[in-house]
Formats: sequence, structure tokens, C-alpha cells
Amino acid sequence: MIIEIHKLYKKFNNLPVLNDLSLNIDKGQTCVIIGRSGCGKSVLLKHIVGLLKPDKGKVLVNHKEVAGLSELELSSLRSKISMVFQGGALFDSMNVTENVGFSLIEHTHISQKEILERVEESLSLVGLGGIGNLMPSELSGGMKKRVALARAICIRPEIILYDEPTTGVDPIAADSINELIRSLHDKLKVTSIVVTHDMKSAYHIADKIAMMYKGRIILEGTPREIRESKDPVVHQFINGIAKGPITEAVDNFK
Amino acid sequence: MFTLFFMDLGRKVISFMYFVGGLTNLAVQTLYFTFKPPYKSGRIIEQAKKAGYDSFPIVSLVALFIGFIFALQTAYFMQRIGSELYIASLVALSIVRELGPVITALIVAGRVGASNTAELGSMQVTEQIDALETLAENPVKYLVVPRFIALGIMLPILTLYANIIGILGSYFICTIKLGITSSMYMHVTFTSLLYKDLFTGLFKSWIFGMLIALISCYEGFNVEGGAVGVGKATTRAVVFTFIMIIAADCFFTALFYFIFP
Repeated sequence: MIIEIHKLYKKFNNLPVLNDLSLNIDKGQTCVIIGRSGCGKSVLLKHIVGLLKPDKGKVLVNHKEVAGLSELELSSLRSKISMVFQGGALFDSMNVTENVGFSLIEHTHISQKEILERVEESLSLVGLGGIGNLMPSELSGGMKKRVALARAICIRPEIILYDEPTTGVDPIAADSINELIRSLHDKLKVTSIVVTHDMKSAYHIADKIAMMYKGRIILEGTPREIRESKDPVVHQFINGIAKGPITEAVDNFK
Repeated sequence: MFTLFFMDLGRKVISFMYFVGGLTNLAVQTLYFTFKPPYKSGRIIEQAKKAGYDSFPIVSLVALFIGFIFALQTAYFMQRIGSELYIASLVALSIVRELGPVITALIVAGRVGASNTAELGSMQVTEQIDALETLAENPVKYLVVPRFIALGIMLPILTLYANIIGILGSYFICTIKLGITSSMYMHVTFTSLLYKDLFTGLFKSWIFGMLIALISCYEGFNVEGGAVGVGKATTRAVVFTFIMIIAADCFFTALFYFIFP
């Protein structure tokens, strides 16, 4: 599935969050979007899955405009796209198995035995086999994220959108999440968009990195191109330097 | 000073218009999804248990005390004019037509409405509602419709139950304390009550049930700003529901007064 984002604008309370943002992601590609917290990366993901409608511009998935889809078409699109939310967004009234198997239980007629097998398989993939009976409140932050990841892969999607998948998890778990994203890409040719500010993770998983700043993509390229970029904004961000053009803009405002 | 007053008033009017518009929109979507298959009874039964069955103890307690209090207060005046016997008819009519539906609705609005808003509000701030949508599930169909149907069915049942308990409370006071015989009390109660009294009361409680579900879910969906937002929305939901229940009660009482004089 190909994702095309064309001149996207979105305002919240008259403040522009997305401002003439354009980006193309090819089938099977892993695109990492980097940028400071609150710069609108999550908002961009929500546009791709149709949770938000743009003020102007278009998001096309497989050449079809997401905002123009009917209820049925959107439902069918969402059965091919999964999203892993920042805090996991697990349903706290359901246990882990019900969470991971939610789509299969609600939208398919496959047997309970098969659902349980698929759920266990997804949980094993994220390294959490055998916790199906636990409630989300009994899980740590990192485990919640991995269960959310298991829920996303359980429907065998063609596109997965990750909202900061490695933030708040320990380095070992973070690395195993990176490995999983990589292997989904290599083995199943899943198209992935990963929003993060974890540069180690970005270099590890990305085919393409796009830097978002002031509501638009200011630079996109391979991890190597980004690492070697002379752009002062990109340089300040990827090296985590306190002083530079990004913070100057904030300091001038103060 | 005056400018500020009118600016504040204007803001409140606009926000009320938004509330009415949003609520109407939610009501239309809820009605649409209520009749659209597939129907899943599991979630309706779960909500009916939470909203209805679990409310029986508190409704019993309040209805019984209302029956006691109402009988005693009425007796205060009726004894003066020597018409204690009419306490039974006065209590029966007031409870079945008015107090039963309204008190039950207010209890359920406080108990169930507040819990609905807090639950949906927490889901909203933790992105669980967004997650539902991305899992191709419509939040209105999944979260609002079961509550809407459950409250629409359970509130009239709870009201009927409250009516019986309230009348029973009054019966105890009248037979034990005021010396009215049991058979006489029952006779006066049943002769004064007409089917239309029962019907109008239960009809109102059906409307109240749907109002509680819609307002509480609407406020839950529109929570902004984390835990503080959930608290504010819950308060707003309870206050708005109380106002809407009383306003709807006034409207339907007047309507029925003219339709079935």
C-alpha cells in the first residue's frame, strides 16, 4: 500500500499544527518521522488512519483519499491499517487476550480456538507469551506498549503506524521492539510509519527518515543522508544539542 | 462591568448551542446505529446489569423513605381536616405520576450517568476511543448504543419498582401509625390510580433514561485535559442531566395534562 500526503494543513484553536506538509511512503517501506515533542507527528498519523480530517490538503492511501471514504470503505481500510498508540490505549475493561484479539472477535467469524492461537502467536512475537489472562492495570508501561503492538499485528495488517513505540520502555525491550519492526518489514513487507525521537531506534529501523519542523517535512532521506546532513535544524535535533536554531526560535519568543 | 456580563452571557449561550447541537448529532447517530445490524446483546445485558440491577438497593432505600416521609407529611394536614383516608390516594397518585419517575431518574443520573461520563472520559484521554476507531469499531455503536438501550429499558422497570416500594412505605406508616386498615388502604390506592397515571409516569422515565445515556456519553466523548477534564465533564454531565430531566418532566407533564385531561 502506498501512502501519499499532499499539502496537508491542520489547525487547532487557530494554531497551525500541520502546515503544507507533503510526504510519500512507498509500499513495504519503513519511514521514520522525527521531530520535537508536540510538533504534530501524532496528528499526522491520525490523519492517515482517518481519525482526523484535514483543513486543507489530501491523504491518499492506495490512491484513495482517506477523508472522502464512506463508512464502509473506511472500515475496510482500517482492517488493513493498525496503529500502535503512544500510551498503548489498551481497553482497561478487557484482559490482554480480549484486547489483542479484539478485531478478530468483533469482525470475523473465525473459531475461538483459532482466535486464541492467533493471539498467543502475536503475544509470543512481542515476547509476552502466557499473559493473556492479565488485565491492563496489572501490566507495566513497557508491557502495555508491547501488548498494543501485539494487538496491531494480530490482524496481519498491510500498514502499521507506530506512535513512539520505544518511548518509556527499557533499552532491551526497546531493542526487541526495533527488531520486531525490522522483521515485520523484512518478512511480511509491512509498510510502516514510525513516529519517534529516539534516534538510535530511527537509524536502526528506517529505510527513510523524514524530519518534521514547524508543521512540515523539512528534510527526508536515508538514515545516512540524515546523519550527514548539514541542515542546522536537523543537525541540532539528531545530535540532541541544547543550543541551536530550534531552541533559538523558542528563546526569542520568550 | 456590563460588557463583561454580556460577554460572559454570550459565551454561555454559544456553548449551550454547541451542547444542544452536539447532543442532537449524537442522538441521531445513536438512533441510526440502534436499528442497524449486527445486534450484540452481550453488551446491552452487561450495561443493563450495571445501570439497572445494581441500582435496585439504592432505589429501594430512597423510595421507601420517600413513602414514609410523604405519608407523614400528608398526614400532618389530612389529620387536621379529618381525611386521613385520602392519604393513600394522594401518595399513590403523586408517586406514580411524578415522584417515582423523577426521583428514580435523578438517582440513576447521579449513579450511572456520572459513571458513564467518567468511564468514557477516561477512555477519551487515554486514546482508547481512537483505538476503537482504528480497530474499525464505531464508538457510538460500541459504547453509546448499549447504554442507550439498557437505560431506556431499565429506568421504567426501576421506576415501576420504586412506585411499589414508595406506596409500600406509605402503607406501613398509614396502617401501623395512623390506624387505617390494610384492606381500606389498598382499596383507596387502587381505585384512585388509573392506567394513564402509570403509563404517563413510565413514558417519562423512558425519556429520562435515554436522556441520561445521551448526555453522559456526550460529555464523556468531549472530555479535554486529562484527569481534571474528566472531573469537570462528570460534574457537567450530572448537572445538565438533572436540568434536562426536570425540564423534560415539566414539558411532558404539561403535554399529558392537555392530551389526557
